Amino acid sequence: MSTWHEYIQKEATLPEWPYPIRYGEVNEVAADVLVIGGGVAGLQAAISAARKGVKVAVVERGHAKRSGAGGAGVDHWHGAVTNPCSRVTPLMYTNACYDSMQGYTGGHVRYIITSESWDTLQECEKMGVQIRDVNDEFKGADFRDEETKLTFAYDYRSRHVIRVWGYNIKVKVYEEAKRLGVNIYNRMMPTHLLTADGKQGKRVVGATAVDTRTGEFYVFSSKATVICTGGAGRLYDFSPEVTASSSMGNMNAAGVGEAIGWNAGAEFVCMEGSGPGRLSGYAYAPYSMANAHNTYHGTPVVDAEGKEVPWVDAFNRPVKSQQGRFLPSEGQDFILGEGIGISRYLEQFRNNTLIPDLPERIIKGEFKLPLYADMTRLPEVERRNIFGMMVGNEGKTRIPIYDTMTRAGFDPDKDLFQAPVVTPEGYAHANFWSTGVNTPPAIRMLGGGGFLIDWDLRTNLEGLYVGAGGNLFGGGCHGESHTTGRYAGRHAADYAKTAPEPVVDSRQVEAEKSHAYVALKQDKGGNGWKEINAAIARIMRDYCGRYKNEQTLNLGLRLLNELKTTELASAYASNPHELGRLLECHALISVGELAMKSSLARKASNSILDFHRLDYPEMDPPGWNKLLPIKQVDGKVEVRELPLDFHLKPPYASTYEENYRLHCGL
Amino acid sequence: MSDKVYMVPNPPTPNKAVEFNPDICTGCNLCVDVCPTDVMMPNPEKKKPPIVLYPEECWYCGGCVEECPRPGAITMLHPTQQRISVNWKRKDTGELYRLGMKNTPPPNTRPPSG
Repeated sequence: MSTWHEYIQKEATLPEWPYPIRYGEVNEVAADVLVIGGGVAGLQAAISAARKGVKVAVVERGHAKRSGAGGAGVDHWHGAVTNPCSRVTPLMYTNACYDSMQGYTGGHVRYIITSESWDTLQECEKMGVQIRDVNDEFKGADFRDEETKLTFAYDYRSRHVIRVWGYNIKVKVYEEAKRLGVNIYNRMMPTHLLTADGKQGKRVVGATAVDTRTGEFYVFSSKATVICTGGAGRLYDFSPEVTASSSMGNMNAAGVGEAIGWNAGAEFVCMEGSGPGRLSGYAYAPYSMANAHNTYHGTPVVDAEGKEVPWVDAFNRPVKSQQGRFLPSEGQDFILGEGIGISRYLEQFRNNTLIPDLPERIIKGEFKLPLYADMTRLPEVERRNIFGMMVGNEGKTRIPIYDTMTRAGFDPDKDLFQAPVVTPEGYAHANFWSTGVNTPPAIRMLGGGGFLIDWDLRTNLEGLYVGAGGNLFGGGCHGESHTTGRYAGRHAADYAKTAPEPVVDSRQVEAEKSHAYVALKQDKGGNGWKEINAAIARIMRDYCGRYKNEQTLNLGLRLLNELKTTELASAYASNPHELGRLLECHALISVGELAMKSSLARKASNSILDFHRLDYPEMDPPGWNKLLPIKQVDGKVEVRELPLDFHLKPPYASTYEENYRLHCGL
Repeated sequence: MSDKVYMVPNPPTPNKAVEFNPDICTGCNLCVDVCPTDVMMPNPEKKKPPIVLYPEECWYCGGCVEECPRPGAITMLHPTQQRISVNWKRKDTGELYRLGMKNTPPPNTRPPSG
């Protein structure tokens, strides 16, 4: 027996909630550093703070042993440019990202990441994560360095992306945090940041949260706070029955950190940027089908009759050999690699891939569907590395793909792995499993924007720091989350050591407490959280889509407020789990408001942000080539202007090297 | 056919996400403890497998399976619409296979690298 349906029809009785119900009971926790979000970034923040000798508490939505987008594993670690085999420097990598995004990514964050990524990975190795081919499984392979036993992805010459056996990385980081005495509070839904005098814009002195198993209320007071939460995956798209299995962000991705930061008065940039929601889950289980991208980079793709699909380089020139798929071509210094949190690549840093006109050539009959991945055409070391090493360690592949498929008999030495059969346009990108054409075009994802932070990864609010990938302007993916979390935790601890004691405002706590339990008092016939979430997503798709204008954005803001004060205000929660999900709906509305207000502030279309104002159709007018930091002051929105290269202008030094030296705290 | 008929909501989509083998599972609830999204709840009867209460909130990370101390007690099941999509063909013989098929070929017993 596994399902609730089986249980109730066998027992003829409803099972009672299995955890003690303690609505309204208050727990007070004091810490020097409070970390909100216990994913890979949050635990690294906690570890680096704890190593500085301060008392650390972590607030985690799930259970920190395996939670978060990075909790499901990692197979390649980006930006490790200071490893002994790398031909890339932090400055080269930072400039490549910054120039590719024409300045719309935090260059200082990129520089911090690339300066410390390899150090962070070596610390993971000390915690027990395998980062080298210690068993000599891939001896002699083009992608292996015989001396260090490091193995590399994407660009075998430049050697800055390291293949890692990271299926258990979260468990290892969790064990280290526990060993260092970090106090982890699991199943916590954070509802608000606490500020000095309860005022927006003042020093952050803690947070409130609700336990989603027992309903207890928590008041955390802290000298410093680090937000390490993920993005708002449920903002434009809410159809978990269809999308949960194929999304790379789980149900907890509700933008809670961004929401509580926004409501406390933190400053954000580029929240008006968005992109097509191709990873939102309308396609296939990640890595479960043939493709030639990311973890499967370099895989030979053949048509129904065995005809191989050719590869091209970044300049659309043929790549003739298999080895060439993993090397920069003429005119390229190095290949950046995919999945690093940027949406545009200059040709000189772009990866080799399948021919871009594959859809047209399928329509003309040159290639017959279905397509297959024919890994038998690869040398054994490459085949085993793709299916066995990378598939097996990458997020959501150890049990969901490697274990499941090999138990079902799949053998990459003998079998052709079928690609999804979709409309030919779906083959324009080599990542077939995430096939963009299956996603409704109105579904967007916020991307690239986040908290505006300084060279210490501190926000405009005293005591508030930010790590992680999805919520940080200039953040990236898995390794970047570890590295920024580690850096932010270190700086938060340094601040906490000399910071005054936090004073929590009791009126703010009482207001939060009464707000948190509203849904328990509503009529049991009311709306549930899923219906509210679906309505939020509808408003975002309709009123904050790819094309916007002043009127539709203002209507969208009005509807979000309508929903908040009407249907959400009367929505009902049966138990602490549903209560947590409903409180997440409040967070989603806050992030939606932030995106719409940021969109109103940019009165110009912008190609890098994929931002189209119907009332300001001129694309990229030079006068608008700037950041527009936005925050709330006494409930009113304030927007200012900031040059794209603010991180190299006063009060900062004029070079990356000098700023890093002044701020790294090492 | 004498089972009582109840008024129940439709089975959710997907309905399972994970499946327990009651002969192997000891009801230790370690999987319940670590699930990031609280998909499962402890069984009211001690030592019995957990109950999958929120299958549509499952992310299919497989963490519950990795956490389980008794191999075979818990199996992750992709939703049917995903299983039906995962197909492969033996290159030599042209035989067609898919995830979830009735007569499965023998397992590939090669463990992952590392």
